[in-house]
Amino acid sequence: MAGFREYKVGTRIFALALGGSMCITLLFPASDMSKVSATDMALEKQLSAGRETGFNLDDPFLQGWNKPLGVELTVDPKTNQPMATAMTVYVYQKGTPFPSGILHPRVLGAGVQELSVEQGHIVDAKKDAGAVFAISKGVYNGQQVSYIDNLTATKGWTPDDVMHVAKDSDISEAGKGKTMFVREGCWWCHTLLPEQTQDWQVFGAPPMLGDFNGESPTAFGSDRKAPDLLHVGSRNSSREWMMMHFFNPRLVQPHSIMPRYDYLWGDKDASGQAIDFAKWRAEYDEYREGKRVNPPEVPSYASNSEIRGLIDFMLSLK
Amino acid sequence: MFKYLFAKNEDIPAGSAAVFFGFSAIVWFVIGTGLGSFNAAKLAFPDFVTGNMYFAFGHMRQVHVHAVIFGWISMAFAMAMMYIAPALGNNKLWSEKLGLWNCMFWNVGLALGLTVLWAGITSGREYSDFPWPIDLYLAVFVFIPLALNVWMTVLNRKTQGIYTTNWFFIASLFMVIIVFLVGNSPEFFHLSGLTEAYLTWWFAHNVLGLWITPVAAAIAYYTVPKVTGNPLYSHRIGHLHFWSVVVFYSTPAAHHLMSAPLPEWLKSFASVEGVLILVPAIAFVSNIMLTMKGKWYMFVENIEIRFTITGCLMAIPLNMQGGFQQTRAINWYIHGTGWIVAHAHLALLGFSTFLEGAAVYLGLQTIMRRKLYSLTLANMHFWLLLIGFTIYWVSMTIAGLIQGAGKIYEVPYIDVVIAEHPYMIARWIGGTLVFVGNVLWLYNMWMTARKGTEVPVGRMPHELSYER
Repeated sequence: MAGFREYKVGTRIFALALGGSMCITLLFPASDMSKVSATDMALEKQLSAGRETGFNLDDPFLQGWNKPLGVELTVDPKTNQPMATAMTVYVYQKGTPFPSGILHPRVLGAGVQELSVEQGHIVDAKKDAGAVFAISKGVYNGQQVSYIDNLTATKGWTPDDVMHVAKDSDISEAGKGKTMFVREGCWWCHTLLPEQTQDWQVFGAPPMLGDFNGESPTAFGSDRKAPDLLHVGSRNSSREWMMMHFFNPRLVQPHSIMPRYDYLWGDKDASGQAIDFAKWRAEYDEYREGKRVNPPEVPSYASNSEIRGLIDFMLSLK
Repeated sequence: MFKYLFAKNEDIPAGSAAVFFGFSAIVWFVIGTGLGSFNAAKLAFPDFVTGNMYFAFGHMRQVHVHAVIFGWISMAFAMAMMYIAPALGNNKLWSEKLGLWNCMFWNVGLALGLTVLWAGITSGREYSDFPWPIDLYLAVFVFIPLALNVWMTVLNRKTQGIYTTNWFFIASLFMVIIVFLVGNSPEFFHLSGLTEAYLTWWFAHNVLGLWITPVAAAIAYYTVPKVTGNPLYSHRIGHLHFWSVVVFYSTPAAHHLMSAPLPEWLKSFASVEGVLILVPAIAFVSNIMLTMKGKWYMFVENIEIRFTITGCLMAIPLNMQGGFQQTRAINWYIHGTGWIVAHAHLALLGFSTFLEGAAVYLGLQTIMRRKLYSLTLANMHFWLLLIGFTIYWVSMTIAGLIQGAGKIYEVPYIDVVIAEHPYMIARWIGGTLVFVGNVLWLYNMWMTARKGTEVPVGRMPHELSYER
């Protein structure tokens, strides 16, 4: 074996060079980024999306299984009395995995971690029993800091209590929707990252360092062939428009090159009738050829359909 | 090939693994560019094959990228390593049998990985899209066995020193394993937030910088001296190339996220290091060009040299773009536009593919000792690739500049989409030409195996004249 006998110095320099580069590109940035505290946006994103929206063992086929539900509460779920102000809570039913920030509070960063653990009791949340979370405001070192509040521990609200008072229109399936966003590859064209240099006016404020703590995947996107969506819910909050646009983008934007996502409607519409896609497409083609005055009606989606989650996710992007 | 999987290692003819890898690479290239052409058609004509999840753009884009990177490019690398490493060590491949099994597992794993991506089962991280079980599979059954085989071949060499090409092979194999495992660690360890986003681009950058670029260059360090008969112009410049790849190319990962909220020091550091990528680039291109001294007629007459030198020439615009487009001064304009897509294709379809194409042409003819079946088909392959790529690159660069202008002048986005439409059609035409060229190539190499003129022992294929 010839080995590396003439290359002793070379191999050592190689180890030094590559090791140095790994220190600068991995160790230093990781220690720097781990010092950043989670912002409201980061807390909202991870509570609404749940643990992971890419491949994971709780949802291996990216069907939106085991995802939390966002609920807009107007009545106290224990007393059934109307509340002074509506609040958003995130319901993790039995077996729904918790997001990174709750499993590893260190991810939340200084301040948020302390308040979430000490006042929010997030470490008491149990996956087997489920839990209800909300974002609360507290004070840390004289500064106002948002933290995750485990309402199951602090107020005794169980997932069942909350779901009992929630109407379907109060529920947001944004976690399932983010899964659809990842699975359908929306992020191959729509970025979730207004750029720091010139996107302020059109796409809104670029995100800050702490806006992602606990989110996975961040799905920034890199190849923008379509508008940025990080704040799309602030620009357009029409469910009707979203519905038409997803079913066939060219119904509302004739020049759009977006694919049709009609298949996310599933087999049945909101009233349980089978959707006749072939008929719809044929009628749409007639409309396009000028044989019809109006395009065919877009079927309303079932409340458990995939498109519902995706629209909920879009509207949650404020 | 399959009959040798269970044969004794000594009974397997030398080069079997390289042939298996070579043909697999070409098949994946046909599949990958076919998908590319299909995807481009969808961008030009959005209602082309519509309403079906499996043919939606978002399901097929990543399949194209991974088929090309891990099928075509990486398998062509494996093919080149399996015949070049022993040729330069004056010995045999450490284990042909391991090589054959390696190729088998690679094809199976890649087919599986692409199928799950196609179904939308993805980690949601660009370039590291494979779910983590597939990542682990690729590390254990693809990259580690390949590295073991090449390392053992180099260690057991019968020459005293190690030639430039083999430095790059052994170092890149080491680095790609590290990059693959560290880059996918967010999936193994459930890392989240900016760390995950940064590691996504750390992987994407380093898989290009420490695997695709250096191995492609290493192949040229072999093919040009081998085919022209000229010695490498300078081993010292080769040293400069090698060490500057290790030091400069491994550090600018953050420049892919210049307008994202990363620590500012990291972006500045990455940007400066990014410009220094010009050091290995200039070292490499000048070394190869000077090696060609007195043999430039082969750029016209010889298919392998034509492919290699075209690839090397494309490294000049590639690295001029690469070095400067990531600086803050330029990046704000072209970030996230078609310019970057054009640049990525200049790297993978221009520079890298042309060098590997030469290695596969040369390798398959040398190992099988069969002269190329048809020079005409090879010429057509070359020109279809070059013209198709050029149409693609020019149209996407223009589209990118339009997008950049639309971005800063705050043009309503739909107007940008309308303005880009002609370039999307041009992109589809360019991509289709590349695909057609590759189909011809597959046929040509298959016919070479079946009907090529036999090359006598000790002769190079291009030394023989055509009998037909």
